[in-house]
Amino acid sequence: MLKKTPLFEAHKKLGAKIIEFDPWLMPLYYTSIIDEHNTVRNRVGLFDVSHMGEFSIRGKDALAFVQRLITNDASRLNNNQVLYTPMCNDEGAIIDDLLVYKFSNENFMLVVNASNIEKDYKWIEEVARKFNKDVILKDISDETPLLALQGPKAEEVLQKVTDLNLSKMKYYWFKEGKVKGIETIISRTGYTGEDGFEIYLKPEHALKIWSRLLKIGKKEGIKPIGLGARDTLRLECAMLLYGNDMDETKTPLETNIAWAVKFSKENFIGKEALLKQKEEGIKQRLVGFEFLEHGIPRRNYPILKDKEKIGIVTSGSFSPTLKKGIGLGYVKTDLSEEGTEIQIQIRERAVKARIVKTPFYKRKKA
Amino acid sequence: MEIPKVLKYVKTHEWIRIEKEMGTVGITDYAQKQLTDVVFVELPQIGKVVSKGEAVAVLESVKSVSDIYAPVSGEITEVNKELENKPGLINEEPYGKGWIFKLKIKDPKELDSLLSAGEYEKSVTGDR
Repeated sequence: MLKKTPLFEAHKKLGAKIIEFDPWLMPLYYTSIIDEHNTVRNRVGLFDVSHMGEFSIRGKDALAFVQRLITNDASRLNNNQVLYTPMCNDEGAIIDDLLVYKFSNENFMLVVNASNIEKDYKWIEEVARKFNKDVILKDISDETPLLALQGPKAEEVLQKVTDLNLSKMKYYWFKEGKVKGIETIISRTGYTGEDGFEIYLKPEHALKIWSRLLKIGKKEGIKPIGLGARDTLRLECAMLLYGNDMDETKTPLETNIAWAVKFSKENFIGKEALLKQKEEGIKQRLVGFEFLEHGIPRRNYPILKDKEKIGIVTSGSFSPTLKKGIGLGYVKTDLSEEGTEIQIQIRERAVKARIVKTPFYKRKKA
Repeated sequence: MEIPKVLKYVKTHEWIRIEKEMGTVGITDYAQKQLTDVVFVELPQIGKVVSKGEAVAVLESVKSVSDIYAPVSGEITEVNKELENKPGLINEEPYGKGWIFKLKIKDPKELDSLLSAGEYEKSVTGDR
């Protein structure tokens, strides 16, 4: 069964090209991926990302339970703070990457990838059963639509319709507050590399707030943005995509998110395996590369060095900002140094590329 | 979706404008919408002899790669060099400035196999 967000009809009315994003029907773009990409980089764009999953974790032992589930350290969070973290299995392989919202020591929300909702929930339930303490787990995905308002003008637009003082909200913090009199959770987070917010809603309010934001943001040049630009925006910032750049065959150490693994933390699932891998060293590593010639890398294209295959592309695209091919991929660790010249096999051509420092694009801070 | 009546089509979403023994080829409005923004075009060599159905050019969009097939057999006589700097013309004017190549038609009998605008429209509505 294909699922529709509460905004599906609104997307169709806006002329969106709809794609199946298993099991969701989502807008790929409304006008053009490049135009939408540039809108977010230069002005402000509104995304429907209601397909994302949300779980509520409550109870006296909620913090201890979350700490066990994730590799990053949630004990460092203040109330109203957000944390990015991988969630691993006993082998240290990545089940998903997610955001942890802390309301209090007894109340958390996890935001997980759409394609992993069922898998994650099963896993977390199983851990909860073994953990056998006071936690109540609930999948609130279907009752929690999510909008993302992203771009340099995002604060200006959102401030017009909320009493919260957004200029005081720091990156990766959130507040419960009203938008046009409707209860929401607003966090300063996003998946585009620009300043912006994510707004968690109730299904019955989604259309009202979506339409309202598109209307009041006209002066700032707001546009609805599809998943196509979401992908090019996140790739330019080398933000990882689960299912492409990581999955259950990879560990956080290999995917370059070792910073989100806190070995100083007492106990968490996957710790032993990850410690062992850290001591032994990783054999492959995720790197970013940019093309030195014409061409566009795509997922699963081979990465070569002196005609020998050394790895594989996991994400690739034309970068609308840099106007060249960019990508992420795994290569053997000893060949993963910045500046290393590689080739990407595109059909019969071996196209010259170079391993570079990521992110490919970084916004200028105001 | 725009499907000009004066052109002929093939199921793989190319159009051809026939003027005597010459044919101009591009992709349809429907195809450019499916592809999304074209950012790179690989054009064929002038003088290349191609058969009907043969892949002669490559279009890369942000999202995907597509081969462009020869609607009929012939010899490539001209390519749209402007696309190398402005590949977006394919999205903006698929039937105009976004043309891809011209060829000298080898066998007029092959033209009978081409689709009319109406037939092509039916084939894409069946697609969905």
